[in-house]
Amino acid sequence: MKIMEDYYYTKNHEWVKVDGDTAIVGVSDYAQHAMGQIVYVELPEIDDEFAKEDAFSVVESVKAASDIYMPVGGTVVEINEDLEDEPESINADPYSNFICKIELADKTEIDNLMNAEEYNDFCKE
Amino acid sequence: MEQSKRTALYDTHKKYNGNIVDFAGFELPLYYESILEEHNAVRKNAGMFDVSHMGEVTVKGEEAEKYIQNLVTNDISVITDNGVMYALMCYENGGVVDDLLVYKYTDTDYLLVINASNIEKDFNWMVEQKGSFNVEVKNISDDIAEVALQGPKAQEILQKLTDTDLSSITFFRFNENVIVNNNKCIVSRTGYTGEDGFEIYTSLENIVNIWEEIMEAGKDDGLKPAGLGCRDTLRFEVALPLYGNEIDKDITPLEASLGYFVKLDTDFIGKDVLVKQKEQGLSRKLVGIELLGKGIARHGYDILSPEGEKIGVVTTGYQSPSVGKTVALGLIDMDYTKMGTDVNVRIRKKQVPAKVVSKKFYKKNYSK
Repeated sequence: MKIMEDYYYTKNHEWVKVDGDTAIVGVSDYAQHAMGQIVYVELPEIDDEFAKEDAFSVVESVKAASDIYMPVGGTVVEINEDLEDEPESINADPYSNFICKIELADKTEIDNLMNAEEYNDFCKE
Repeated sequence: MEQSKRTALYDTHKKYNGNIVDFAGFELPLYYESILEEHNAVRKNAGMFDVSHMGEVTVKGEEAEKYIQNLVTNDISVITDNGVMYALMCYENGGVVDDLLVYKYTDTDYLLVINASNIEKDFNWMVEQKGSFNVEVKNISDDIAEVALQGPKAQEILQKLTDTDLSSITFFRFNENVIVNNNKCIVSRTGYTGEDGFEIYTSLENIVNIWEEIMEAGKDDGLKPAGLGCRDTLRFEVALPLYGNEIDKDITPLEASLGYFVKLDTDFIGKDVLVKQKEQGLSRKLVGIELLGKGIARHGYDILSPEGEKIGVVTTGYQSPSVGKTVALGLIDMDYTKMGTDVNVRIRKKQVPAKVVSKKFYKKNYSK
Protein backbone atom coordinates (compact mmCIF):
# COMPACT_ATOMS: atom_id res chain seq x y z
CA MET A 1 0.00 0.00 0.00
CA LYS A 2 1.44 3.31 -1.05
CA ILE A 3 1.27 6.08 1.53
CA MET A 4 2.51 9.65 1.00
CA GLU A 5 4.69 10.91 3.82
CA ASP A 6 3.49 14.49 4.13
CA TYR A 7 -0.24 13.82 3.68
CA TYR A 8 -2.90 13.34 6.35
CA TYR A 9 -5.47 10.56 6.39
CA THR A 10 -8.93 9.62 7.66
CA LYS A 11 -10.41 6.34 8.83
CA ASN A 12 -12.44 6.28 5.60
CA HIS A 13 -9.21 6.35 3.61
CA GLU A 14 -9.40 9.90 2.31
CA TRP A 15 -6.16 11.93 2.16
CA VAL A 16 -5.47 15.62 2.53
CA LYS A 17 -2.42 17.57 1.46
CA VAL A 18 -2.15 21.01 3.00
CA ASP A 19 -0.81 23.91 0.99
CA GLY A 20 -1.02 27.10 3.04
CA ASP A 21 -4.69 27.97 3.44
CA THR A 22 -5.83 25.48 0.84
CA ALA A 23 -5.90 21.71 0.88
CA ILE A 24 -6.06 19.04 -1.78
CA VAL A 25 -8.31 16.02 -1.17
CA GLY A 26 -8.47 12.52 -2.63
CA VAL A 27 -8.75 8.82 -1.77
CA SER A 28 -5.82 6.68 -0.72
CA ASP A 29 -4.15 3.73 -2.41
CA TYR A 30 -5.86 1.48 0.13
CA ALA A 31 -9.25 2.88 -0.93
CA GLN A 32 -8.72 2.55 -4.68
CA HIS A 33 -7.50 -0.99 -4.25
CA ALA A 34 -10.50 -1.97 -2.13
CA MET A 35 -12.95 -0.44 -4.59
CA GLY A 36 -11.55 -2.07 -7.70
CA GLN A 37 -11.72 -0.39 -11.06
CA ILE A 38 -13.32 3.04 -10.75
CA VAL A 39 -15.80 3.81 -13.49
CA TYR A 40 -17.41 7.06 -12.38
CA VAL A 41 -16.72 9.98 -10.07
CA GLU A 42 -19.39 12.45 -8.98
CA LEU A 43 -17.55 15.71 -8.37
CA PRO A 44 -18.64 18.56 -6.12
CA GLU A 45 -19.12 22.01 -7.59
CA ILE A 46 -16.94 25.07 -7.21
CA ASP A 47 -18.07 27.20 -4.23
CA ASP A 48 -19.77 24.23 -2.51
CA GLU A 49 -19.20 24.45 1.23
CA PHE A 50 -18.65 21.36 3.32
CA ALA A 51 -18.09 20.66 6.98
CA LYS A 52 -15.68 17.98 8.14
CA GLU A 53 -17.17 14.51 7.48
CA ASP A 54 -19.77 15.78 4.99
CA ALA A 55 -20.15 13.57 1.94
CA PHE A 56 -18.82 15.67 -0.94
CA SER A 57 -18.20 13.18 -3.70
CA VAL A 58 -19.14 9.70 -4.82
CA VAL A 59 -16.67 7.29 -6.34
CA GLU A 60 -18.23 4.40 -8.19
CA SER A 61 -16.67 1.06 -9.01
CA VAL A 62 -18.32 -1.47 -11.29
CA LYS A 63 -20.18 -2.95 -8.39
CA ALA A 64 -20.96 -0.13 -5.99
CA ALA A 65 -21.09 3.59 -5.22
CA SER A 66 -18.97 4.84 -2.31
CA ASP A 67 -19.51 8.14 -0.52
CA ILE A 68 -16.36 10.16 0.01
CA TYR A 69 -16.24 12.36 3.09
CA MET A 70 -14.45 15.63 3.71
CA PRO A 71 -11.46 15.12 6.00
CA VAL A 72 -11.68 18.79 7.00
CA GLY A 73 -14.20 21.58 6.41
CA GLY A 74 -13.85 24.06 3.57
CA THR A 75 -15.06 25.63 0.32
CA VAL A 76 -14.36 23.99 -3.04
CA VAL A 77 -12.09 26.16 -5.20
CA GLU A 78 -11.07 23.63 -7.84
CA ILE A 79 -12.35 20.27 -9.08
CA ASN A 80 -10.40 17.69 -11.07
CA GLU A 81 -12.42 17.57 -14.25
CA ASP A 82 -10.09 14.96 -15.78
CA LEU A 83 -11.90 12.46 -13.59
CA GLU A 84 -15.02 12.90 -15.72
CA ASP A 85 -13.34 11.30 -18.72
CA GLU A 86 -10.82 9.12 -16.95
CA PRO A 87 -12.17 8.08 -13.55
CA GLU A 88 -9.87 5.07 -13.60
CA SER A 89 -6.88 7.38 -13.28
CA ILE A 90 -7.53 7.29 -9.53
CA ASN A 91 -6.66 3.59 -9.62
CA ALA A 92 -3.44 4.32 -11.52
CA ASP A 93 -2.34 7.10 -9.15
CA PRO A 94 -4.67 7.99 -6.30
CA TYR A 95 -2.37 10.69 -4.92
CA SER A 96 -1.77 12.91 -7.92
CA ASN A 97 -5.30 12.35 -9.24
CA PHE A 98 -7.05 14.35 -6.54
CA ILE A 99 -10.80 14.95 -6.39
CA CYS A 100 -10.86 18.63 -5.46
CA LYS A 101 -9.06 21.50 -3.78
CA ILE A 102 -10.60 23.46 -0.94
CA GLU A 103 -10.05 26.64 0.99
CA LEU A 104 -9.73 25.50 4.59
CA ALA A 105 -12.35 26.67 7.07
CA ASP A 106 -10.31 25.77 10.11
CA LYS A 107 -6.68 24.70 9.77
CA THR A 108 -6.62 23.15 13.24
CA GLU A 109 -8.93 20.35 12.03
CA ILE A 110 -5.86 18.82 10.38
CA ASP A 111 -4.54 18.01 13.87
CA ASN A 112 -7.30 15.44 14.32
CA LEU A 113 -6.26 13.41 11.30
CA MET A 114 -3.75 10.58 11.10
CA ASN A 115 -0.29 11.24 9.79
CA ALA A 116 1.44 8.81 7.41
CA GLU A 117 2.83 6.59 10.15
CA GLU A 118 -0.44 6.43 12.08
CA TYR A 119 -2.35 5.69 8.86
CA ASN A 120 0.09 2.96 7.96
CA ASP A 121 -0.54 1.32 11.34
CA PHE A 122 -4.27 1.80 10.93
CA CYS A 123 -4.28 0.05 7.56
CA LYS A 124 -2.43 -2.90 9.00
CA GLU A 125 -5.12 -3.63 11.58
CA MET B 1 -26.44 -17.04 12.04
CA GLU B 2 -25.73 -19.75 9.49
CA GLN B 3 -22.13 -20.61 8.83
CA SER B 4 -20.87 -19.56 5.41
CA LYS B 5 -20.47 -22.51 3.07
CA ARG B 6 -17.61 -23.15 0.74
CA THR B 7 -17.64 -24.96 -2.57
CA ALA B 8 -15.09 -27.67 -3.33
CA LEU B 9 -13.16 -25.02 -5.27
CA TYR B 10 -12.57 -22.65 -2.35
CA ASP B 11 -8.85 -23.39 -2.05
CA THR B 12 -8.54 -23.10 -5.80
CA HIS B 13 -10.09 -19.63 -5.67
CA LYS B 14 -7.54 -18.58 -3.07
CA LYS B 15 -4.79 -20.03 -5.22
CA TYR B 16 -5.94 -17.88 -8.15
CA ASN B 17 -6.17 -14.78 -5.91
CA GLY B 18 -9.91 -14.71 -5.75
CA ASN B 19 -11.37 -11.75 -3.84
CA ILE B 20 -13.80 -13.70 -1.67
CA VAL B 21 -17.23 -12.33 -0.71
CA ASP B 22 -20.41 -13.84 0.66
CA PHE B 23 -23.07 -14.77 -1.86
CA ALA B 24 -26.22 -16.65 -0.86
CA GLY B 25 -24.35 -18.01 2.14
CA PHE B 26 -21.37 -19.17 0.08
CA GLU B 27 -17.84 -17.78 0.11
CA LEU B 28 -17.10 -17.11 -3.54
CA PRO B 29 -14.83 -14.81 -5.53
CA LEU B 30 -16.26 -11.50 -6.67
CA TYR B 31 -13.30 -11.28 -9.03
CA TYR B 32 -9.73 -12.55 -9.36
CA GLU B 33 -8.09 -9.78 -11.39
CA SER B 34 -10.92 -7.34 -11.95
CA ILE B 35 -14.57 -7.48 -12.91
CA LEU B 36 -13.95 -5.66 -16.19
CA GLU B 37 -11.02 -7.81 -17.28
CA GLU B 38 -12.93 -11.00 -16.61
CA HIS B 39 -16.05 -9.63 -18.31
CA ASN B 40 -14.05 -8.79 -21.42
CA ALA B 41 -12.26 -12.15 -21.36
CA VAL B 42 -15.62 -13.95 -21.51
CA ARG B 43 -16.81 -11.85 -24.42
CA LYS B 44 -13.53 -12.12 -26.33
CA ASN B 45 -12.02 -15.51 -25.39
CA ALA B 46 -13.32 -17.48 -22.43
CA GLY B 47 -13.91 -17.33 -18.71
CA MET B 48 -14.57 -20.07 -16.18
CA PHE B 49 -16.97 -19.65 -13.27
CA ASP B 50 -17.37 -21.81 -10.18
CA VAL B 51 -21.13 -22.29 -10.04
CA SER B 52 -21.10 -25.21 -7.60
CA HIS B 53 -23.31 -23.22 -5.25
CA MET B 54 -26.28 -23.73 -7.61
CA GLY B 55 -28.89 -26.23 -6.50
CA GLU B 56 -29.78 -29.53 -8.12
CA VAL B 57 -32.97 -31.51 -7.51
CA THR B 58 -33.75 -34.84 -9.13
CA VAL B 59 -37.32 -35.66 -10.08
CA LYS B 60 -37.96 -39.32 -10.88
CA GLY B 61 -41.02 -41.51 -11.26
CA GLU B 62 -44.00 -42.45 -13.38
CA GLU B 63 -45.55 -39.01 -13.12
CA ALA B 64 -42.38 -36.93 -13.25
CA GLU B 65 -43.48 -35.13 -16.39
CA LYS B 66 -46.96 -34.39 -15.08
CA TYR B 67 -45.56 -33.18 -11.77
CA ILE B 68 -43.07 -30.80 -13.36
CA GLN B 69 -45.62 -29.62 -15.91
CA ASN B 70 -47.83 -28.55 -13.03
CA LEU B 71 -44.90 -26.90 -11.27
CA VAL B 72 -43.49 -24.71 -14.04
CA THR B 73 -44.79 -22.15 -16.50
CA ASN B 74 -43.22 -23.59 -19.63
CA ASP B 75 -44.42 -26.61 -21.63
CA ILE B 76 -41.96 -29.32 -20.71
CA SER B 77 -43.79 -31.98 -22.70
CA VAL B 78 -41.97 -30.76 -25.79
CA ILE B 79 -38.48 -31.34 -24.43
CA THR B 80 -36.84 -34.30 -26.16
CA ASP B 81 -34.53 -36.67 -24.26
CA ASN B 82 -31.27 -34.89 -23.37
CA GLY B 83 -32.88 -31.52 -23.86
CA VAL B 84 -32.82 -28.56 -21.46
CA MET B 85 -35.56 -25.99 -20.99
CA TYR B 86 -35.68 -22.69 -19.08
CA ALA B 87 -38.81 -22.21 -16.97
CA LEU B 88 -40.19 -20.53 -13.88
CA MET B 89 -42.08 -21.80 -10.83
CA CYS B 90 -44.86 -19.53 -9.60
CA TYR B 91 -46.86 -19.17 -6.42
CA GLU B 92 -50.66 -19.24 -6.58
CA ASN B 93 -50.61 -15.46 -6.91
CA GLY B 94 -48.40 -15.58 -9.98
CA GLY B 95 -45.27 -14.29 -8.24
CA VAL B 96 -42.07 -16.18 -8.94
CA VAL B 97 -40.71 -18.89 -6.65
CA ASP B 98 -37.59 -19.23 -8.79
CA ASP B 99 -36.37 -19.55 -12.35
CA LEU B 100 -34.68 -22.82 -13.25
CA LEU B 101 -33.39 -25.15 -15.91
CA VAL B 102 -35.16 -28.44 -16.55
CA TYR B 103 -32.84 -31.18 -17.81
CA LYS B 104 -34.73 -34.14 -19.26
CA TYR B 105 -33.12 -37.58 -19.29
CA THR B 106 -36.41 -39.34 -20.02
CA ASP B 107 -40.01 -38.46 -19.22
CA THR B 108 -39.60 -40.27 -15.88
CA ASP B 109 -36.19 -38.83 -15.02
CA TYR B 110 -35.35 -35.13 -14.72
CA LEU B 111 -32.75 -32.88 -13.13
CA LEU B 112 -33.83 -29.39 -12.07
CA VAL B 113 -31.16 -26.72 -11.57
CA ILE B 114 -32.14 -23.88 -9.26
CA ASN B 115 -30.62 -20.73 -7.78
CA ALA B 116 -28.24 -21.02 -4.84
CA SER B 117 -30.11 -18.33 -2.94
CA ASN B 118 -33.35 -20.31 -3.12
CA ILE B 119 -32.31 -23.96 -2.62
CA GLU B 120 -34.06 -24.58 0.67
CA LYS B 121 -37.15 -22.59 -0.22
CA ASP B 122 -37.45 -24.20 -3.66
CA PHE B 123 -36.99 -27.73 -2.39
CA ASN B 124 -39.60 -27.26 0.34
CA TRP B 125 -41.97 -25.85 -2.28
CA MET B 126 -41.33 -28.78 -4.63
CA VAL B 127 -41.96 -31.31 -1.89
CA GLU B 128 -45.15 -29.49 -0.90
CA GLN B 129 -46.41 -29.67 -4.48
CA LYS B 130 -45.85 -33.42 -4.74
CA GLY B 131 -49.41 -34.05 -3.59
CA SER B 132 -50.50 -37.38 -5.01
CA PHE B 133 -48.14 -37.37 -7.99
CA ASN B 134 -46.22 -40.64 -8.26
CA VAL B 135 -42.82 -39.04 -8.12
CA GLU B 136 -39.67 -38.85 -5.98
CA VAL B 137 -37.99 -35.50 -5.43
CA LYS B 138 -34.47 -35.41 -4.03
CA ASN B 139 -32.17 -32.49 -3.22
CA ILE B 140 -28.67 -33.45 -4.35
CA SER B 141 -27.19 -29.93 -4.31
CA ASP B 142 -24.50 -30.80 -1.79
CA ASP B 143 -23.25 -33.68 -3.93
CA ILE B 144 -22.76 -31.85 -7.18
CA ALA B 145 -20.05 -29.41 -8.22
CA GLU B 146 -20.35 -27.30 -11.35
CA VAL B 147 -18.30 -24.93 -13.45
CA ALA B 148 -19.40 -22.81 -16.36
CA LEU B 149 -16.96 -22.32 -19.23
CA GLN B 150 -18.23 -19.45 -21.33
CA GLY B 151 -16.98 -17.50 -24.35
CA PRO B 152 -16.29 -17.92 -28.07
CA LYS B 153 -13.31 -20.16 -27.32
CA ALA B 154 -15.12 -22.36 -24.79
CA GLN B 155 -15.66 -25.28 -27.17
CA GLU B 156 -12.13 -25.12 -28.55
CA ILE B 157 -10.71 -25.28 -25.04
CA LEU B 158 -12.94 -28.00 -23.66
CA GLN B 159 -12.54 -30.13 -26.78
CA LYS B 160 -8.87 -30.62 -25.93
CA LEU B 161 -9.92 -32.53 -22.83
CA THR B 162 -12.53 -34.95 -24.13
CA ASP B 163 -13.17 -37.43 -26.94
CA THR B 164 -16.84 -36.49 -27.05
CA ASP B 165 -17.53 -34.37 -30.11
CA LEU B 166 -18.74 -31.24 -28.34
CA SER B 167 -20.34 -29.87 -31.49
CA SER B 168 -22.88 -32.68 -31.05
CA ILE B 169 -24.07 -31.01 -27.86
CA THR B 170 -26.13 -28.28 -29.45
CA PHE B 171 -27.77 -25.27 -27.79
CA PHE B 172 -29.87 -26.28 -24.75
CA ARG B 173 -28.96 -29.94 -24.98
CA PHE B 174 -26.78 -32.06 -22.73
CA ASN B 175 -24.72 -35.21 -22.62
CA GLU B 176 -24.42 -36.94 -19.23
CA ASN B 177 -21.47 -39.16 -20.14
CA VAL B 178 -18.80 -36.74 -21.18
CA ILE B 179 -15.41 -37.90 -19.92
CA VAL B 180 -13.24 -34.90 -19.20
CA ASN B 181 -9.77 -36.12 -18.40
CA ASN B 182 -10.98 -39.41 -16.85
CA ASN B 183 -13.78 -37.70 -14.94
CA LYS B 184 -17.43 -38.32 -15.85
CA CYS B 185 -19.42 -35.14 -16.31
CA ILE B 186 -22.78 -33.87 -17.44
CA VAL B 187 -22.09 -31.21 -20.04
CA SER B 188 -24.81 -28.90 -21.38
CA ARG B 189 -24.52 -26.10 -23.87
CA THR B 190 -26.15 -23.57 -21.56
CA GLY B 191 -25.01 -20.52 -19.67
CA TYR B 192 -25.75 -17.15 -18.19
CA THR B 193 -23.54 -14.83 -20.21
CA GLY B 194 -25.00 -14.48 -23.69
CA GLU B 195 -21.94 -16.19 -25.15
CA ASP B 196 -21.48 -19.74 -26.40
CA GLY B 197 -20.35 -22.07 -23.67
CA PHE B 198 -20.93 -25.05 -21.45
CA GLU B 199 -22.03 -25.86 -17.95
CA ILE B 200 -20.15 -28.85 -16.57
CA TYR B 201 -21.52 -30.86 -13.65
CA THR B 202 -19.50 -33.46 -11.80
CA SER B 203 -18.73 -34.86 -8.36
CA LEU B 204 -17.07 -32.84 -5.61
CA GLU B 205 -14.00 -35.06 -5.84
CA ASN B 206 -13.51 -34.34 -9.54
CA ILE B 207 -14.06 -30.62 -9.73
CA VAL B 208 -10.65 -29.32 -8.69
CA ASN B 209 -8.95 -31.53 -11.23
CA ILE B 210 -11.38 -30.44 -13.93
CA TRP B 211 -10.87 -26.76 -13.12
CA GLU B 212 -7.09 -27.09 -13.33
CA GLU B 213 -7.24 -29.13 -16.54
CA ILE B 214 -9.45 -26.54 -18.17
CA MET B 215 -7.23 -23.67 -17.00
CA GLU B 216 -4.21 -25.47 -18.44
CA ALA B 217 -5.98 -26.26 -21.71
CA GLY B 218 -7.08 -22.65 -22.10
CA LYS B 219 -3.92 -20.87 -21.01
CA ASP B 220 -2.91 -19.88 -24.53
CA ASP B 221 -6.46 -19.03 -25.53
CA GLY B 222 -6.94 -16.15 -23.12
CA LEU B 223 -9.00 -18.18 -20.62
CA LYS B 224 -9.39 -16.43 -17.27
CA PRO B 225 -11.05 -17.50 -14.03
CA ALA B 226 -14.19 -15.36 -13.69
CA GLY B 227 -16.05 -14.31 -10.56
CA LEU B 228 -19.50 -13.25 -9.46
CA GLY B 229 -18.93 -9.64 -10.40
CA CYS B 230 -18.70 -10.23 -14.13
CA ARG B 231 -21.30 -13.00 -13.91
CA ASP B 232 -23.75 -10.23 -13.10
CA THR B 233 -22.53 -7.68 -15.64
CA LEU B 234 -22.50 -10.29 -18.41
CA ARG B 235 -26.01 -11.59 -17.83
CA PHE B 236 -27.31 -8.06 -17.35
CA GLU B 237 -26.05 -6.94 -20.76
CA VAL B 238 -28.17 -9.62 -22.43
CA ALA B 239 -31.14 -8.97 -20.15
CA LEU B 240 -31.13 -12.36 -18.43
CA PRO B 241 -33.07 -12.07 -15.17
CA LEU B 242 -31.61 -12.45 -11.70
CA TYR B 243 -33.86 -13.70 -8.91
CA GLY B 244 -34.13 -10.94 -6.37
CA ASN B 245 -33.74 -8.26 -9.05
CA GLU B 246 -35.96 -8.80 -12.12
CA ILE B 247 -38.03 -11.59 -10.62
CA ASP B 248 -39.17 -12.36 -7.09
CA LYS B 249 -42.26 -13.40 -5.19
CA ASP B 250 -43.93 -10.09 -5.96
CA ILE B 251 -43.17 -9.97 -9.68
CA THR B 252 -44.87 -12.22 -12.24
CA PRO B 253 -43.08 -13.68 -15.27
CA LEU B 254 -45.26 -11.55 -17.53
CA GLU B 255 -44.28 -8.35 -15.73
CA ALA B 256 -40.65 -9.44 -16.06
CA SER B 257 -41.07 -9.76 -19.83
CA LEU B 258 -40.61 -13.53 -19.67
CA GLY B 259 -43.90 -14.34 -21.40
CA TYR B 260 -42.00 -16.42 -23.96
CA PHE B 261 -41.42 -19.00 -21.22
CA VAL B 262 -45.04 -19.01 -20.06
CA LYS B 263 -47.29 -21.38 -21.95
CA LEU B 264 -50.82 -20.54 -20.91
CA ASP B 265 -52.21 -23.53 -22.78
CA THR B 266 -50.65 -25.77 -20.10
CA ASP B 267 -51.85 -26.01 -16.49
CA PHE B 268 -49.52 -24.87 -13.75
CA ILE B 269 -49.61 -23.26 -10.31
CA GLY B 270 -50.29 -19.56 -10.74
CA LYS B 271 -51.66 -19.91 -14.25
CA ASP B 272 -55.02 -18.30 -13.47
CA VAL B 273 -53.44 -15.09 -12.30
CA LEU B 274 -51.25 -14.92 -15.38
CA VAL B 275 -54.19 -15.56 -17.69
CA LYS B 276 -56.03 -12.70 -16.02
CA GLN B 277 -52.97 -10.45 -16.28
CA LYS B 278 -52.71 -11.17 -19.95
CA GLU B 279 -56.41 -10.52 -20.54
CA GLN B 280 -56.59 -7.34 -18.51
CA GLY B 281 -53.19 -6.05 -19.51
CA LEU B 282 -50.23 -5.51 -17.23
CA SER B 283 -49.99 -2.54 -14.89
CA ARG B 284 -46.20 -2.55 -15.01
CA LYS B 285 -43.45 -4.10 -17.08
CA LEU B 286 -39.70 -4.60 -17.26
CA VAL B 287 -38.00 -2.33 -19.78
CA GLY B 288 -34.54 -1.24 -20.81
CA ILE B 289 -33.39 2.23 -19.83
CA GLU B 290 -30.53 4.30 -21.16
CA LEU B 291 -29.19 7.20 -19.15
CA LEU B 292 -28.87 10.44 -21.04
CA GLY B 293 -27.09 12.34 -18.29
CA LYS B 294 -24.18 11.61 -15.98
CA GLY B 295 -24.38 8.85 -13.43
CA ILE B 296 -24.93 5.14 -13.02
CA ALA B 297 -28.41 3.76 -12.36
CA ARG B 298 -28.22 0.90 -9.88
CA HIS B 299 -30.50 -1.72 -8.33
CA GLY B 300 -33.08 -0.05 -6.11
CA TYR B 301 -32.85 3.48 -7.51
CA ASP B 302 -36.20 5.15 -8.19
CA ILE B 303 -37.43 5.74 -11.72
CA LEU B 304 -39.49 8.90 -12.11
CA SER B 305 -41.74 10.45 -14.68
CA PRO B 306 -40.41 13.67 -16.26
CA GLU B 307 -42.61 15.47 -13.69
CA GLY B 308 -40.74 13.78 -10.86
CA GLU B 309 -43.34 11.22 -9.75
CA LYS B 310 -42.15 7.73 -8.90
CA ILE B 311 -43.17 5.31 -11.65
CA GLY B 312 -40.89 2.38 -11.00
CA VAL B 313 -37.56 1.10 -9.83
CA VAL B 314 -34.24 0.02 -11.31
CA THR B 315 -33.86 -3.75 -11.00
CA THR B 316 -30.28 -3.89 -12.27
CA GLY B 317 -28.04 -1.23 -13.77
CA TYR B 318 -24.41 -0.79 -14.69
CA GLN B 319 -22.09 1.14 -16.89
CA SER B 320 -22.17 -1.60 -19.50
CA PRO B 321 -18.62 -2.69 -20.32
CA SER B 322 -19.43 -4.23 -23.69
CA VAL B 323 -21.91 -1.61 -24.82
CA GLY B 324 -20.11 1.45 -23.50
CA LYS B 325 -23.32 3.04 -22.21
CA THR B 326 -24.92 3.46 -18.83
CA VAL B 327 -28.00 1.30 -19.04
CA ALA B 328 -30.44 -0.39 -16.73
CA LEU B 329 -33.37 -2.75 -16.49
CA GLY B 330 -36.33 -1.25 -14.68
CA LEU B 331 -39.83 -2.28 -13.68
CA ILE B 332 -42.09 0.67 -14.52
CA ASP B 333 -45.74 1.68 -14.86
CA MET B 334 -47.25 0.52 -18.11
CA ASP B 335 -47.96 4.07 -19.26
CA TYR B 336 -44.26 4.73 -19.61
CA THR B 337 -43.09 1.51 -21.24
CA LYS B 338 -43.14 2.56 -24.87
CA MET B 339 -39.72 2.75 -26.57
CA GLY B 340 -38.31 6.24 -26.55
CA THR B 341 -40.37 7.43 -23.57
CA ASP B 342 -38.61 10.00 -21.44
CA VAL B 343 -38.12 9.13 -17.80
CA ASN B 344 -35.79 10.22 -15.02
CA VAL B 345 -33.68 8.13 -12.69
CA ARG B 346 -33.13 9.44 -9.17
CA ILE B 347 -29.42 9.14 -8.45
CA ARG B 348 -28.87 10.44 -4.93
CA LYS B 349 -30.05 14.08 -5.02
CA LYS B 350 -30.29 14.45 -8.78
CA GLN B 351 -32.94 13.43 -11.29
CA VAL B 352 -30.99 12.22 -14.29
CA PRO B 353 -32.79 12.14 -17.64
CA ALA B 354 -33.10 8.78 -19.34
CA LYS B 355 -35.20 7.05 -21.97
CA VAL B 356 -36.83 3.70 -22.47
CA VAL B 357 -34.89 1.53 -24.91
CA SER B 358 -34.72 -2.08 -26.04
CA LYS B 359 -33.54 -4.53 -23.39
CA LYS B 360 -31.26 -6.08 -25.99
CA PHE B 361 -28.30 -3.96 -24.94
CA TYR B 362 -25.82 -6.49 -26.26
CA LYS B 363 -26.38 -9.03 -28.98
CA LYS B 364 -26.18 -12.63 -27.78
CA ASN B 365 -23.63 -14.84 -29.50
CA TYR B 366 -25.18 -18.23 -28.93
CA SER B 367 -24.08 -21.10 -31.12
CA LYS B 368 -27.29 -22.46 -32.56
